[in-house]
This record gives sequence, C-alpha cells and structure tokens, in this order.
Amino acid sequence: MSVLVYTESEQGKYKKVAFEVASYARAVADQLGTTVTAISINAEDPSVLGTYGVTKVLHVKDAKLDTFNAKTYADVIKQAAEQEASKVVVVSSTADSKYLAPLLAIGLKAGYASNVVAAPTSVSPFTVKRTAFTNKAFNLTRISTDVKLVGLSKNSVGLKENATTAEVTDFSPSIPENGVHVEAVDKATNTVTIADAEIVVSGGRGLKGPENWGMIEELADVLDAATACSKPVSDLGWRPHGEHVGQTGKPVAANLYIAIGISGAIQHLAGINASKVKLVINTDPEAPFFKAADYGVVGDAFEVVPALTEKLKAFKAQNA
Amino acid sequence: MKILVCISHVPDTTSKINFSEGDTKFDTNGVQFIINPNDEYGLTRAMWFKEKQGATVDVVNVGGPETEPTLRKALALGADGAIRVNTPAVDGYAVAEQLAKVFTDGSYDLVIAGRESIDYNGGMVPGMLAGLTDANFINTCISLEIDGTNVKAIREIDGGKETVSTTLPLVIGAQKGLVEESDLRIPNMRGIMMARKKPLTVLEPVEASQETESVKFEKPTPKGAVTLVSPDNLDELVNLLHNEAKVI
Repeated sequence: MSVLVYTESEQGKYKKVAFEVASYARAVADQLGTTVTAISINAEDPSVLGTYGVTKVLHVKDAKLDTFNAKTYADVIKQAAEQEASKVVVVSSTADSKYLAPLLAIGLKAGYASNVVAAPTSVSPFTVKRTAFTNKAFNLTRISTDVKLVGLSKNSVGLKENATTAEVTDFSPSIPENGVHVEAVDKATNTVTIADAEIVVSGGRGLKGPENWGMIEELADVLDAATACSKPVSDLGWRPHGEHVGQTGKPVAANLYIAIGISGAIQHLAGINASKVKLVINTDPEAPFFKAADYGVVGDAFEVVPALTEKLKAFKAQNA
Repeated sequence: MKILVCISHVPDTTSKINFSEGDTKFDTNGVQFIINPNDEYGLTRAMWFKEKQGATVDVVNVGGPETEPTLRKALALGADGAIRVNTPAVDGYAVAEQLAKVFTDGSYDLVIAGRESIDYNGGMVPGMLAGLTDANFINTCISLEIDGTNVKAIREIDGGKETVSTTLPLVIGAQKGLVEESDLRIPNMRGIMMARKKPLTVLEPVEASQETESVKFEKPTPKGAVTLVSPDNLDELVNLLHNEAKVI
C-alpha cells in the first residue's frame, strides 16, 4: 500500500531530483496515512534515502541496467509497484523519467499527471496541480484510476528532510529484452546541464554573434550555472538547440534565471516562468522581459556582464 | 513505408491564455490555432522520407470538426491523406487509445507524434501509444534514419545526446532538432489547392476510457514590479541577489 517513488541515480550516485521526489512522496504518504518505498537502481548508498522520509528501499543491482532504457526501466518499476501494491507512484521530470512514465502508466493501468508542482489538493478524489500552456497557467487534474502516476516538476517542492531509517531490501526483478538499443551516449561531463542547474545564464540575439559567448560562459562558470539561449540564437546556429529555452525548447525551473540580450517574447517567457528569480540585462528599457523580471539592469551587455562577473568573483572569494 | 503523423490542434505560441465558465474551460475567443510545433518538426521529417525514400504520409487528429483547418494545413504541406477521429481530446490516455486503433488498422510502419503538445504539455501520448500497441518507442528524437526496417536515431537526453538503434514498427516523440528550422515550410497556393482534393476521413471513435479529468484552471499570481539597478552599481545587484533573493 506504500507510495512508491523512483529515485534516479547516475553512476551510482543519486541525482538531486531523487531526494526531491522522495520528499514529495513522503508528503503524499502522510496525506494517505501510509509509508514510502523507493525503487533504486544500481545506486551505491540506498540508506541515504532515509533522510528524506523513505522507510523501505527496493535495491536493484544488475549490470543489465547500467545503461538507461525506458521500456526496461518502466518494467522494473512496474514490478516494484505490483509487489508493494502501491496505489500512488511518483517519478521526476528528467528526460529519462518523462520517457519511461507513459510506458509505466500503460503497464500499471495508471492515470498519469505530469508537470505536477504541489502536494495533492485532495487525495480522495486524487487531485493534483500541474502546469499547463507551458507555464502560462496551472491545471487542477483529477486522476480516477485505482493506481495513480505522478510526474513531479523539478524544483517545485524542494527538498524536505524527514529523517527515518530506510530498510534496504534486495530486489531482483525479471529484466525483459528490449527493442531499442543504446549504441552510444554523448554527454558533456564537466558542464552543468540546464536540467540540473540551480542557476541558468541565457543569451539572446543582443549578443550579436556566437563569438561573444565567452562572457556568457565565464559568468556561468563563476555561478556554477548552465548556459542557455533564446530561439533565434539556436535557429541561427550560434548555439546548439539543446540550449534553446522556451515554449518549443526546454523549460527552465531554476532558482535564478539570468537573461542577457533577450527581449522576452511570450514563448520565451512561458519557458522560464517556473524559475524563482529572474534577472534581466538589456539595453532596451522597453524590452517586455523587464515586466516579467525581479531584477533588471538597463545597460550594454558587453559592459555589464564582464563587470558583473568580476563582482561575483570577488563576492565568491570573500564568501568562500 | 506508411507513416502516420499525429497532429495536435493547439493555440498559437503567442496566444494569451484565458479561461471561461468559472475557469473550467480554455477560452478560445480570439485564439489562432496551429499545428503543434513539435508535430510540425515530425511532419517535415515525414515529408523528407516521402520525397527522398518513398513513403505515404497520413496525418491524424483526435478532435471535433473545429480541428479540420489544421489538418487541411498539414495536407497543404504535402501529406497524402488526413484522418479525424470524431471525439473531443479529453485526456492523453483516451487520445492514445484512439490513435492506437488508427495505427493498428492502417498497418503503419512509423508513427510520428510531437513529444508534447504546447497546450496541456502532458508528454504522454507518444509513449502511451507505443505501450498500447507494443511498438518500439524513441522519445525526444532529434535525428531519424530508416533503412528497410532498421532504424538509427539520435535522441536528446539531459546534458547530451544518445544514439539508438531499433526496428519498425516504431513510434517517435519528435521535437526541435529533428529537422533544420529552415526546412519548415509554409503552405503555397498549389499545396492549398491540392489539399482541397485530398481525402479527409472522419472516423467515429472506439470506446475508450478516460483516466484523468481537468477540474479547473488557475493563472499564476501577477508579480510585483522589477527592481532596477544601475549598471554603475553592480555591487548593489550582488547584494540583492545574495541577501534579498537568496539565490547566490
């Protein structure tokens, strides 16, 4: 009957979202008067999940699961949910979880709500608040199936410590053959990704050309931030489309979003609405982005950004 | 090769979003509807297969008669035929069930659907469709090559990309990157004229379950005015980000 949560890890280490979904699952379990069981695949230290309110961990260790495969992972999570007779299953909103969730929903005959941003407003009927229209609105969604699948939006509820002891049990699911084979993974390991970043530094057409991105990267580097861009910039090929933020690009739910030389088209604003604090640097005081921003600097990016980078370096040195 | 492209009929990306009937319904007043952008990348790639490798391309939408102009636009862009399943798109699962029936009955080799629609952003229809039909599934697809029944694809993952191989029948979740932005087309007069003569088949829905229900909409609370900082006083900006916003 426990709430089941899929806690993602990478190379044996839990991702931060694993702790966020665990915190969320605990809040749901409290509303339902039950406990939280985690399904954990090839992670090294499952007992750490106890910090976030998980009381039982189904610990899978199998080299066949070293590479992520949506269908296989969905099948493993399904077996865990069935063993635990879980009525609520929680996953995150990483690319991997969004890939496996619809397959898991079919496997469990579970109604699925993605992009959920808060604890259920009611557990009977089961009603959750999710974003819609690419963050231009929220939608209260009722799930009517016996088993419910919730996809939690990143950074929406944060981490909540709820220390308990997690009992770790070995779990050996059957691992089915799968029709999609991963041939190669090409992933930069030394840069912060938009998905993981607490801070995102984003540049627009105001930067005039790809040769000027050095100052964006430098500012991102000081802040341990990811770099991103507006749609015209990726359309022009100045930056890879994986960095495009907006309605047809990536949504950003960072703590701080810094927009440099981006005027703030409605499609771009929709993609960053879920970020907590927005700082805009633009020469044009009439740029629509200033209406959506928390902080703004009206000025030339080519002067403001290097100066801000220096100030932040000094701040960091002082606060190290 | 038979390709089916799923087309969502969605508000234009610049639309202001409003609700009616006590915030329970999306207000379509004054809203322009377009082909969901993620579907448009997929449709463009399907047209490439048609022109370079030989394929027939059908488009499909689950919805009322109001979605037909969007399907006609897809025909004007070069699709061979269109299918409308005559039932409102009430939830992702119900839509996937209708599409699964069209997919199976039409013996399609490849189904292309946008990874998510820009209205409800559920991101579930392509995967559920694959799950219901037991087809292979590749999400967030940014490159797709097909040789016979063998498929090589590249998909976007968090912080990089992944090369995968599989076989038809296949469902992909399409997105930006699958084709060059410059390859996206707008319908020309000839295409529009020809689209009028192409078949648009209306199918009655199969009985399908609805698993979720939209109860109410809310708009984000309006935010306060921006705090402007002079470019000559960036120390103040650092101070605000640290002490007030607490983000650094």
